[in-house]
Amino acid sequence: MLEFSIFKKVWYWGIAAVLCLLSVPTLLTFTNIHLPAGVPAPKVNLGLDLAGGSRLLLEADRNQVVQQRLQGMEESVRTKLGAAEPAIGIGDVSSRGGRLTFTVRDTSQVDAAREALLPLTNGAGLTGQRDWDISVVNGNQFVLAPTSAGIDLEVSNAMETAVEVVRKRIDALGTKEPDIRRLGGTRIDVQVPGLQDPAALKALLGQTAKLEFKMVDETASPADLAQGIAPPGDEIAPYAEGMAEGPSPVIAVKRLGGITGDQLTNAKQGFDQQNNRAVVNITFNQQGGEKFAALTSANVGKRFAIILDGKVLSAPSINEAILGGSAQISGSFTTKSATQLAIALRSGALPVDLKVVEERTVGPDLGAEAIHKGAVAMGVGTLALVLFIILTYGRFGIYACICALAINILMILGVMAVFGTTLTLPGIAGFVLTLGAAVDANVLINERIREERSKGRRVVQSVELGYKEASRAIFDANITNSIAALLMFAFGSGPVRGFAVVLMIGIVTSVFTAVTLTRMWVAGWLRKARPSDLNL
Amino acid sequence: MKLLKLIPDNTNIHFLKWQWPFFISNIVLMVASVVLLFTHGLNLGVDFVGGQMIRVTFERSATAPVDALTKTVDKLGYGEPVVQNFGKPNEVSLRMRLPEGTEAQPQLADAMAQKITTTVKQAFPDARIDGVDSVSGKVSGELLKTGVLALSLAMLCISIYIWVRFEWQFAAGALFALIQDILLTVGMFSLTQMEFDLNIVAALLTLLGYSLNDKIVVYDRIRENLKKHRRMPMAELLDLSVNETLSRTVVTSLSILIMLVALLLLGPDVIFGFTAAITLGIFIGTYSSIFMSAPILIWLGVKSDSFVQTESAIDRQERLARERGQPQP
Repeated sequence: MLEFSIFKKVWYWGIAAVLCLLSVPTLLTFTNIHLPAGVPAPKVNLGLDLAGGSRLLLEADRNQVVQQRLQGMEESVRTKLGAAEPAIGIGDVSSRGGRLTFTVRDTSQVDAAREALLPLTNGAGLTGQRDWDISVVNGNQFVLAPTSAGIDLEVSNAMETAVEVVRKRIDALGTKEPDIRRLGGTRIDVQVPGLQDPAALKALLGQTAKLEFKMVDETASPADLAQGIAPPGDEIAPYAEGMAEGPSPVIAVKRLGGITGDQLTNAKQGFDQQNNRAVVNITFNQQGGEKFAALTSANVGKRFAIILDGKVLSAPSINEAILGGSAQISGSFTTKSATQLAIALRSGALPVDLKVVEERTVGPDLGAEAIHKGAVAMGVGTLALVLFIILTYGRFGIYACICALAINILMILGVMAVFGTTLTLPGIAGFVLTLGAAVDANVLINERIREERSKGRRVVQSVELGYKEASRAIFDANITNSIAALLMFAFGSGPVRGFAVVLMIGIVTSVFTAVTLTRMWVAGWLRKARPSDLNL
Repeated sequence: MKLLKLIPDNTNIHFLKWQWPFFISNIVLMVASVVLLFTHGLNLGVDFVGGQMIRVTFERSATAPVDALTKTVDKLGYGEPVVQNFGKPNEVSLRMRLPEGTEAQPQLADAMAQKITTTVKQAFPDARIDGVDSVSGKVSGELLKTGVLALSLAMLCISIYIWVRFEWQFAAGALFALIQDILLTVGMFSLTQMEFDLNIVAALLTLLGYSLNDKIVVYDRIRENLKKHRRMPMAELLDLSVNETLSRTVVTSLSILIMLVALLLLGPDVIFGFTAAITLGIFIGTYSSIFMSAPILIWLGVKSDSFVQTESAIDRQERLARERGQPQP
């Protein structure tokens, strides 16, 4: 137990030295010393609960994705069957209950319709799985139901896009080092260090920014609209708050045949040249520009509604075909709200609505206070502990304090820095537990050495037995702690996970420092000093 | 230098003489904790019930206008907030629960948080919002579920490991002692009505780790002594093991307490509940290591020969074959 080859000695102290060195950049952040630029310096990041900042947990609604998918399918079906030779007429279209149903008017065309629709139901993936189940009931009623694999894929795609859009929007706000990641099936975790008031961020993320242009149906009677009844093929669109142009807070628009504003290359806040009000200028890409030109040239003299997230911003008349690929969104904007809309449009529409289901904001003062007080408490506590251990175990106590406490702390920080782990408040608790366990390992060993000495064994033999007999309990204790840590990491959330990460790292470094390093050191001392008795 | 010895060498305290009084008082305490949990419940934080916890500092006041703040927020119609002093006299924490029956509105929590903070800032111009925790009903339910799941799974897997490494009686003993530690600590939270949030779950996990350390050390010594002193009566052997590890148990618990007391007195207010939970748990855990973990083994019937190698089936066949004098394959 006490023999170490020179190779092992160099290797062990080498590991300790390298990992301790890696903790230096982290420690320097507490001082005014700065490393020269260009030196690679991995650092332990402080969690938002310590550094201050805002964390938002956003959630999308899976049902909404399904609903959008059904609507998209309805348009495809109409286009496809309308373009068939001869055209296939359908009716009784419904997208309720998570599936699309319609009837083919002429029963002799059922087979032709089925043939035409089959390509639409194929999955985009390589697995060959269908995205849609297609079936015909009662002779001529088609039922198109999205398969769960298809929905999963769609949700997954939507979330990936959503993460990108969220990232672009947050970047546009000019915040530093936001951390945006997908969490589970339908959630996005957004962490923005240093952000004190997340209201602007939430307003920006709460906007889906789905821009649509739909034709206004002037024939609808205001009385019907007030009662919520829309003419066939229409839908009722409410005006955005404070933006109504007439006495009615709603207008009727054609459900189909409009275009969406997702094919934009740019969006900027600007001012209307006639009345100097804030507007958003948008530029379409080639394809979007062509569609927009087609829509406006076919409807000169009529009104179209500019709809954002289901709310009408304004419904201007089309005075002439707009062919240049750029357009102006008017509405009762302030400069600020126009700028925000421009950001939202530039970063693209969110494929789904996102709702804030959890928020944690810590002001910078609170975080600074937590760090300061925490550091003072840790300092005082550690000093008292070192004093206590040295008073109890003398020379062996010094070894324990240097290895199990000092080197251990530095090594944990070093490992955390390499892995880019974040240190949170519960993480500090994990630190305390780890250090406690490391001290305990030395207490176990030293008590055992004492015991063996009092039984009359010789010095070297006592030390050897002390390490050997104590190792078993240390091993078992650390295994059980790692089981707990692994489970916490796998099943826990937030604070519990932060705690588990530090614990897992700490268990490994603790065994190394508290058992291996102290043993090597004690062995070296025994060989050199050859003591006849131990003051223990 | 004369070294400190808190526990003299070769103590010989008959812990097991008092096993019944201790056992009965333990059971009484555990039952009391359960009763408390059912009658008083826990003061669950927003992590677990949903709602808001908002920290406000009144920058230009010596003391926070608690009553006025309560009234202002109450007028919003979401219910009456719980306003408590937190740290300095001009710092308060404001807690709101989600109104009943609003689980289906995930956006409500966020809307409430926004409304409350803007209202407070308007009504009290010197109010500085230091922190906002807003948790919707759906998320809080999940947090509670994963917290309990992590805790129970950890206890279960640890017991299985101890079963494999030791004997089933040891696993059962450790599990009982751990349940006792958790139950008494949670019982104290119910008694004092201190806020019980996610950080406290991390605290419970921490003390689970410490307490387990203790028990394993004692059990390891019992295992060792069982192999060493085959003929010693169980009660005597257990007493010996606990006495031999007594010094270590006390020194370790004291080391940890030194750190914890420093954190408790000087540490940030945010982790006061957390540190308090662990400190309390260390006392309970040390107590259960010394007085509970060993006697349980007697009741569960650990015998002197529990760790003596028994003959495996194959060994037996070979031995019988040898005895019958047949040639070896």
